[in-house]
Amino acid sequence: MNIIVCIKQVPNTNEVKLDPVTGTLIRDGVPSIINPDDKAGLEAALRLKDELGAHVTVISMGPAQADAALREAMAMGADEAILVTDRAFGGADTWATSSTIAAAISKLPYDLVITGRQAIDGDTAQVGPQIAEHLQIPNISYAEEIKVEGDSVIVKRQYEDRYHIVKAKMPCLLTALSELNEPRYMTPGGIFDAYRSREITEWHRDDVPVAEENIGLKGSPTRVFQTFTKSLKAAGQMVQLDPEESAEYMLEKLKEKFII
Amino acid sequence: MNIQDYKGVFVFVQQVDGAITGVSYELIGKGKELAKALDTEVTAVLLGYQVENLCDSLAEHGADKIILVDDKALEVYKTEPYAHAMYEVIEQHKPEIVLYGATAIGRDLAPRVSARVHTGLTADCTKLEIAEDTKEFRMTRPAFGGNIMATIVCPDFRPAMATVRPGVMQKLKPVAGAKAPVEKMNVTFTPNNMDVEILDIIKKVSNKMDIQDAKILVSGGRGMGCPENFQLLRDLADALGGEVSSSRACVDAGWVEKDIQVGQTGKTVRPNLYIACGISGAIQHLAGMEESDVIIAINKDETAPIFEVADYGVVGDVTKILPIFTEKVKEAMAARNK
Amino acid sequence: MDFTLSKEHEMARTLYREFAEKEVKPLAQELDEEERFPSETVEKMRKAGFMGIPIPKEYGGQGCDTLAYVLCVEELSKVCATTGVVVSAHTSLGCDPIKRFGTPEQIQKYLVPLAKGEKLGAFALTEPGAGTDASGQQTKAVLDGDHYVLNGSKIFITNAGKADVYIVFAMTDKSKGTKGISAFIVEKDFPGFSIGTKEKKMGIRGSSTCELIFENCIVPKENLLGQEGRGFSIAMTTLDGGRIGIASQALGIAEGALEETIKYVKERKQFGRPLSKFQNTQFQLADMATKVEAARYLVYRAAVAKDTQKRFSVEAAMAKLYAAEVAMEVTTKAVQLHGGYGYTREYPVERMMRDAKITEIYEGTSEVQRMVISGSLL
Repeated sequence: MNIIVCIKQVPNTNEVKLDPVTGTLIRDGVPSIINPDDKAGLEAALRLKDELGAHVTVISMGPAQADAALREAMAMGADEAILVTDRAFGGADTWATSSTIAAAISKLPYDLVITGRQAIDGDTAQVGPQIAEHLQIPNISYAEEIKVEGDSVIVKRQYEDRYHIVKAKMPCLLTALSELNEPRYMTPGGIFDAYRSREITEWHRDDVPVAEENIGLKGSPTRVFQTFTKSLKAAGQMVQLDPEESAEYMLEKLKEKFII
Repeated sequence: MNIQDYKGVFVFVQQVDGAITGVSYELIGKGKELAKALDTEVTAVLLGYQVENLCDSLAEHGADKIILVDDKALEVYKTEPYAHAMYEVIEQHKPEIVLYGATAIGRDLAPRVSARVHTGLTADCTKLEIAEDTKEFRMTRPAFGGNIMATIVCPDFRPAMATVRPGVMQKLKPVAGAKAPVEKMNVTFTPNNMDVEILDIIKKVSNKMDIQDAKILVSGGRGMGCPENFQLLRDLADALGGEVSSSRACVDAGWVEKDIQVGQTGKTVRPNLYIACGISGAIQHLAGMEESDVIIAINKDETAPIFEVADYGVVGDVTKILPIFTEKVKEAMAARNK
Repeated sequence: MDFTLSKEHEMARTLYREFAEKEVKPLAQELDEEERFPSETVEKMRKAGFMGIPIPKEYGGQGCDTLAYVLCVEELSKVCATTGVVVSAHTSLGCDPIKRFGTPEQIQKYLVPLAKGEKLGAFALTEPGAGTDASGQQTKAVLDGDHYVLNGSKIFITNAGKADVYIVFAMTDKSKGTKGISAFIVEKDFPGFSIGTKEKKMGIRGSSTCELIFENCIVPKENLLGQEGRGFSIAMTTLDGGRIGIASQALGIAEGALEETIKYVKERKQFGRPLSKFQNTQFQLADMATKVEAARYLVYRAAVAKDTQKRFSVEAAMAKLYAAEVAMEVTTKAVQLHGGYGYTREYPVERMMRDAKITEIYEGTSEVQRMVISGSLL
């Protein structure tokens, strides 16, 4: 079985801070990580590999630095890593990103494609289903459990108030939730191998069979009109009292507002 | 594509088991406002099986028109038949704007449709507006975990599509007896490799109220110290007739379930009263609750950002204050009910 | 001269840090208070490949270098010195002598499961009457046909009672002095071998430190490690490596205390401003950080020397001497900067100060390190 896992390198947004003076993002020194949902997707693929035997390929589109995310994936146990990188792919929205990644995937043999549900820097949750559409394969989003049976995959698919147990013929795309599993740690030996004896395949513009009008900024239907930092509403009153008085103060306010 | 040919605001109406999901009404409300600015109408697109009876409710909530695709293939949500139906609706009616709820269904369906139609899609919008001068549709959404806001446009493709999180827009006051013309559209569903089979449906057992429906939320953060102290929140919530919610830190720490998480990666809430207990107020948390009517914050760190959005801030030890406050609330409630 | 870590070492550090934060830190206080051995963490470390980092892959290890191993002990010790010493004693003292001196059969039988983390290793040299003066071994081994018979006892043995495999030193020929000491591989279930009293310690309280008792303990002849009479040399070579492990533990403890203190002085207010605004705090922290950094380079230097030089006794001794004294000094200052809270168990620096002390004592006291260093000068 061939499994392709799409991963994205993202800044750890938990650690992104705003410059209190300029209101801009401070991204210097913010560590980059494998997007958590994608890592769960990789773990799911590695478990299928442990259980049934599979060749796991990780693929990432991004700048040269994404190399580290791919090495990390290899150190966890991925067999092969492909970095899709070219200036021509830059500035892509989800549509152009998905068309590029789908074209790259189309060069490879695959039974399952696994993506994370969404990336923590963009939170769009769009690229997975869009890749599936470009590849003309079914997608099952929000996978919480994955089982392979013969040529089919059976997935516990999460909704707000229920699960669907969905069966699809492979090839199929799944989007993974970080609730899916607890990703394994890399091993020290895996890390040394990933850097010292393994190669990452780089695919540039001409290696990816995708039309010029479907990549990069110009292949993106959406445009960023402006970005800004959120203005918060004006601060209200603040008091520092002993616990008894604090409780009394809050009770007064609830009465004033007719809440009780 | 001649973008001038695309007219009207469409709203994908999500129904599950014959019940319309609240966000659909919220989007009709917002769609109506956008339609007015564009001098056009808002159309509710209802997909399902034997769901015609829902049309009146859509009209009462403001839909000017309704497109109904009623077919056995749409009985339970599956990506492919729903994407196909939406695609056919869009191809035939050429709307300028299509809105979806950012639900587990909407966030699956909308990207698939956008790829098929070849148009732009903006996820999880918190603000939708029509530029006064150019009549351009502008979609604003948080990025980087809510740290920045980005306004997105879709200049050369139609329809411009957006998903909106539940609780962000407000539904209109229903007009009893309102009617809207219903167009029944036939769509042909041909089996293909993208079809999937649903083997089973398992409902989550939860006797808890959805925090998005709660009028009063007592919310706890890392400052609660330990999961056991959440009982203090539960006690206060019970006294006030509210629910307990939480910040992401407590979910990450495994103290509480994800379904009560407020914030960028959790739920957006706008209750009448939000009491933030031991929550420092990271920006991703504020993104999910700052629209609440009244916000009370209790935190021992007077520089905590939560105080910047709080109407009433109390600096102090939450575990000491809460039990006393809960008793006072109980007394006040008892006195009122006498 | 380039003082930056390679990308693989950096990523390994990221891995150890994540593991330490998630799996080790939450248990640190409990292990200390309950004097409980972290068996569940050892199992997780087995899965993550932490129990055989510098052992070649063909022997069941990870195939990394000593520096990659040192980073692991450092990061673990930053949050829990107990967990750090479990790995250090197992790797440096349990695995390394078999890798260095073992026969191919011993390597297959003992090193492979040790390096995979399926078994835990320990090292038994110290006796009630033979501490710093290791030559005074009283434990005896007598060859009797196809086996040796061991009699005597060992004390202060790290991982004792939890380990499956022990490297045990005993006199095979008392007349030859240190040249009469031999090394043996002893399995926990060998007849006549038992675990004695468990020590109650000031620090690293989760680590299991016990007495070993040999009463006519039968050890097969093929479990002699190296040749008869080579035991003392095996012990000294092994301890050179072990000292690098303890030096990394000390470095980690110092770094952990420094980090905790930086966090604390920013939060704690006195006289209306955070402690971090007082110059005394700033200067203390500057000294602490500088010493930690100096210790770091001595430790890393010794780790590289172990892989690239035939002899590294002096590098190892300097690293251990300095890192241990820095650990003691930095943790003491950390407690002082925490004030009264630093003396309570509410803050981890109290534990760190107790943990630091042992690094000046075990695997060669600071005085022994000074003997080794000065011996190379004169």
